[in-house]
Amino acid sequence: MDLIIEGVKQALYLLFTLDREVIGITLLSLQISGTATLISLFIGITAGTLVALTRFPGRQLVVSLINTGMGLPPVVVGLFVTIFLWRNGPFGFLEILYTPAAIILAQAVIATPIVTGITLAAIQHLPANLRLQILALGATRAQMIWILVKEARLPLLAAVMAGFGGVISEVGASIMVGGNIKGYSRVLTTATVMETGRGNFDIAIALSVILMLLAFCINAILTQIQQRERPR
Amino acid sequence: MSATIQPEILLKLEDLLVRRGGVTVLDISRLEVFQGQVLSLIGPNGAGKSTLMLTLAGLLKPSRGAIFFQGERIADGGFAYRRHIAMVFQEPLLFDATVFENVATGLKIRGMSRGDIVRAVPGYLERFGIGHLAKRSARKLSGGEAQRTSLARAFVTKPEIVFLDEPFSALDPPTREALTNDLERILRETHTTAIASTHDQTEALRLADRIAVVIGGKIAQIGPVAEVMNRPADEFVASFVGVETVLPGRVVRVSAGAFAAAVAGGREVEAVGQVEPGDAVLCCVRPEQVTLSPNPTPPGSSARNVFAGTIRQITPLGLFQRIRVDCGFELVAYVTRQSLEELGLTEGKPVSASFKATAVHVIRRKEPLPL
Amino acid sequence: MKGFAKEGLLAAFLAAAIVLATAAPSLSAPAQKNIILATTTSTQDSGLLDVLIPAFEKKTGYFVKTISVGSGQAMAMGQKGEADVLLVHSPTAEKKFMAEGFGLDRLLVMHNDFIVLGAAADPAAIKAAKTTPEAFKKIAAAGALFLSRGDNSGTHSKEKGIWQAAGISPAGQKWYQETGLGMGQTLNVANEKSGYTLADRGTYLALKKNLSLSILKEGDPILLNIYHVIGVNPGKWPKVNAEGAKAFSAFMVSAEVQAIIKTFGLDKYGSPLFFPDAGKKEDALGK
Repeated sequence: MDLIIEGVKQALYLLFTLDREVIGITLLSLQISGTATLISLFIGITAGTLVALTRFPGRQLVVSLINTGMGLPPVVVGLFVTIFLWRNGPFGFLEILYTPAAIILAQAVIATPIVTGITLAAIQHLPANLRLQILALGATRAQMIWILVKEARLPLLAAVMAGFGGVISEVGASIMVGGNIKGYSRVLTTATVMETGRGNFDIAIALSVILMLLAFCINAILTQIQQRERPR
Repeated sequence: MSATIQPEILLKLEDLLVRRGGVTVLDISRLEVFQGQVLSLIGPNGAGKSTLMLTLAGLLKPSRGAIFFQGERIADGGFAYRRHIAMVFQEPLLFDATVFENVATGLKIRGMSRGDIVRAVPGYLERFGIGHLAKRSARKLSGGEAQRTSLARAFVTKPEIVFLDEPFSALDPPTREALTNDLERILRETHTTAIASTHDQTEALRLADRIAVVIGGKIAQIGPVAEVMNRPADEFVASFVGVETVLPGRVVRVSAGAFAAAVAGGREVEAVGQVEPGDAVLCCVRPEQVTLSPNPTPPGSSARNVFAGTIRQITPLGLFQRIRVDCGFELVAYVTRQSLEELGLTEGKPVSASFKATAVHVIRRKEPLPL
Repeated sequence: MKGFAKEGLLAAFLAAAIVLATAAPSLSAPAQKNIILATTTSTQDSGLLDVLIPAFEKKTGYFVKTISVGSGQAMAMGQKGEADVLLVHSPTAEKKFMAEGFGLDRLLVMHNDFIVLGAAADPAAIKAAKTTPEAFKKIAAAGALFLSRGDNSGTHSKEKGIWQAAGISPAGQKWYQETGLGMGQTLNVANEKSGYTLADRGTYLALKKNLSLSILKEGDPILLNIYHVIGVNPGKWPKVNAEGAKAFSAFMVSAEVQAIIKTFGLDKYGSPLFFPDAGKKEDALGK
């Protein structure tokens, strides 16, 4: 019990004194997971909308694959990204293993199916005739898609949050492809694991508190927007 | 038929075939929509009205066939064409934005400047009686308000043709009545060509210049309102339209709830309803309400409407015989085979046809149809 | 207008995406300046590398990517050419690694020692044992819980060596549990379960404040824990940064670093965590 109380005390101390290492790790986590989320949004919203709006042979299989991908275990992603990025692997020439870029890549791989799946569901959930209504208003295909995506913005916001929440709290892939290098590829989750291993429970708790605060803020913002926008 | 100048053809469809999963959904060899007129598509649910509507609007690629707008064939995708049309569906299909932004959508799509949009939209909001709702979220509207927004959104782009796919069928009767009134007025004010599908004949009778009856993916009959109603091409159309006598008229006298309307052939029909002298009306009489008698003036009848005429045609129709009588206008009556024989009715024979004033179903129209 | 505020938000999102996306590549340093150091969890968990790596980077301009894994995995990375330099403590495996030509040079850096830890009550009474293998025999005989790293790390391979010396094969026994975790984690598990375990002294000292385990066996020559730095042979894998590896090896055995090692942990734990050994003979250690 003492340990927990001491840990939380120390955690609050580190937080309120803006401990440079803790702040640095937090910012790096935000930057890495934020970039990964943005990449996954770009790919996921495009792919999800495309799959939602087109009919082609094998579409059912693609949808099943996307839904499976939504639950892709991070360590599996981590392992395969590592193997692909090895110096002597197929993408070794990129020389990005054990860099933040590798973590961004792995996290984007994890988040993209989540964003794609939610986008797909969101667009399909819109009224069937809405597409025709938009076209009948004189829209080009691009305008139609843009309006549809705008209409689905609430569930897409959920996609953003789910994607970001999924990758910022993920540890398996980050430690494998990032290497947990101090001040370089050490993020909140990998640092928490390491500090726990070192017995520095106070820092580990501080990092966990930050992680939970981030998760709380994300959900608070999401709830706020959804409550404001959904009077129905 | 009075000799009127044939209006210009705005939209034309040729040799249309739509197949879905191996089943023929629509098979229409020819359909024309005239400039400034309202064409009502009526028919049972699932007859293909919506599919026809979507095809005509260029939103659905037919398996075969061509659509011509102002004489030019609509290209694949029909983007240029779609900038000349507007469509209102049964569901309002509003966007998650304010009423104003919803109505402005078509203009924004066309790249109109904000200034022009702000000038253009309010007039249409007022026209559809939703000016006070401009800033309201579309998610917070009643069914009627939402459909008004959808109509305003369609009309603000000044379309050359408006497609209305059962626009009021999800509304309660008073709201539907109010919206039909407004739509009728606006169609007349703007001279917009329209195609409106409905399964409610009263709605069709109020709005339409012409009616096309769609049954089983085919156009069973198309023509002016009175023609289709009075002379159904076949049993199916007859059973669907029900009312077989529709007399366009103009109110000439009003007295204590009852009125007389001048109809074709210089005759007058008496009916019951709240109308003003000079109003345009349609008097609809169901065939089973008409009594025929071989005597020129039937004795002891309480019917206010008694017309002498000549039997033009007798056709068997199940249990009944369908009899067309020419009384200066055309009247359809059903009698049983037994009555037919007892009364000794044959084609060419003079008869008197009578029906009660209360048997006349009166439809008021803003715009008169030719008598 | 509400609608436009939302569109603004979307635009801001996109702008942020572009900024971050373009910023991302700048996160990776120039390639030839990178050295991948594969090392054991004990060097990282003790905090020694947090002191040495920044000093090396400042001095040489290299950027060291420290990948902290077990000694076994570290050598596997070296075998595949996925690491440039290794800092490991698994002499038997290291000799094999060198013999197979995967390493270029192998230099003695430092040592500390392993210790056998357990609950103060010592249910297997190993404190009375003369040698460490004998102590292990007692654990096995008593069926007392023993926590093994089980991860092919240097500590794990040392532990296996001791079992061998004791003539016992513990694998699959009910009282023998493998954590598959790093040293720190394994110590925490042993602490919670009041089991016996083998640990390096450095990690133990670093974690001591959270542990109620006692040192039950120490000072036996078999418990010596020796760290070598090995440069990976670029002959096998041309992409290996041999120059960087050489610089790092030289740095580790330099007088300056050896001096740091000598006092590292002294202020915090009251005794140093490692003993510098550069230039000594491996066989001469512990005697």
